[in-house]
Amino acid sequence: MEKQELIEQLKLQIIEQLNLEDIEPSDIGNDEPLFGDGLGLDSIDALELIVLLEKEYGIKVEDPKEGKKIFVSVTTLADFIIANKK
Amino acid sequence: MNLSITKYCSIKNGKVFVDGVEYFSSNEDKLNPFIKEFYRSEKPGYSKFFKMDDISKLGFMATEMLLKDFNKEVSPDKFSIVLSNSKSTLVTDQNFQDTVDKEDEIPSPAIFVYTLPNIMIGEISIRHNLKGENAFFINKNFDSNFISNYVHSLFCNQKTDCCIAGWVDYSNDKYEAFVYLVEKECCNKVANHNNEEINKLYKK
Repeated sequence: MEKQELIEQLKLQIIEQLNLEDIEPSDIGNDEPLFGDGLGLDSIDALELIVLLEKEYGIKVEDPKEGKKIFVSVTTLADFIIANKK
Repeated sequence: MNLSITKYCSIKNGKVFVDGVEYFSSNEDKLNPFIKEFYRSEKPGYSKFFKMDDISKLGFMATEMLLKDFNKEVSPDKFSIVLSNSKSTLVTDQNFQDTVDKEDEIPSPAIFVYTLPNIMIGEISIRHNLKGENAFFINKNFDSNFISNYVHSLFCNQKTDCCIAGWVDYSNDKYEAFVYLVEKECCNKVANHNNEEINKLYKK
């Protein structure tokens, strides 16, 4: 799967997994921060993203501190998946 | 101390009543599509609503009706919430247990955080910046006597200037919210805050 295709798929999965019903994939910028001022996700959403990675891509985030780098944006998330998918 | 009920809201069977007058109705009989339809009609602009479990959505929208035009200055730490129901968060508890039981499923943290009824009070408090006393009681039926005594004690102990109270219940596809705003004796009251008058409003 191409990176851009993965990014678009991730946006759909994030919307579904996190119940962001009033958000469209086009509302999420590829490099927009997922937490804080960007999409405004919270700590529970971070846990749900960890679940998403394990369920959909078979990737376990072993060190929670890694999350800070992985979940910066949809692009960083896609990069992490590409680097770690078996 | 004389207390007044200044606004009340009832939600059940696809209808919303504010101060006894029908405010919104829908053909959706299940809580989830109904309450989302009501949210979209009201447009509170609070996207976290969609992340809440269904009973929190119900309590959230009921209290939106109480506070949407509320413009009195009340210190956040003197604004209290006292709610009750019969089944706690049973529906959400079951939903979470389903994610635990399924072999290929990972238990959902987002569902887990809603497996306490106090979370509904938390969501309402965050929305309206309320920092006063709060309590959630489980009773078989709406016990207006118990709740009114509790609310009265909060006012008498100088802990409260304004209080949201009532009943928000959901189980087996049956849902019901009855919430009301209690203030010190004032001119714009819809009822006196006492057991008899609360029951009258509840049974309307």
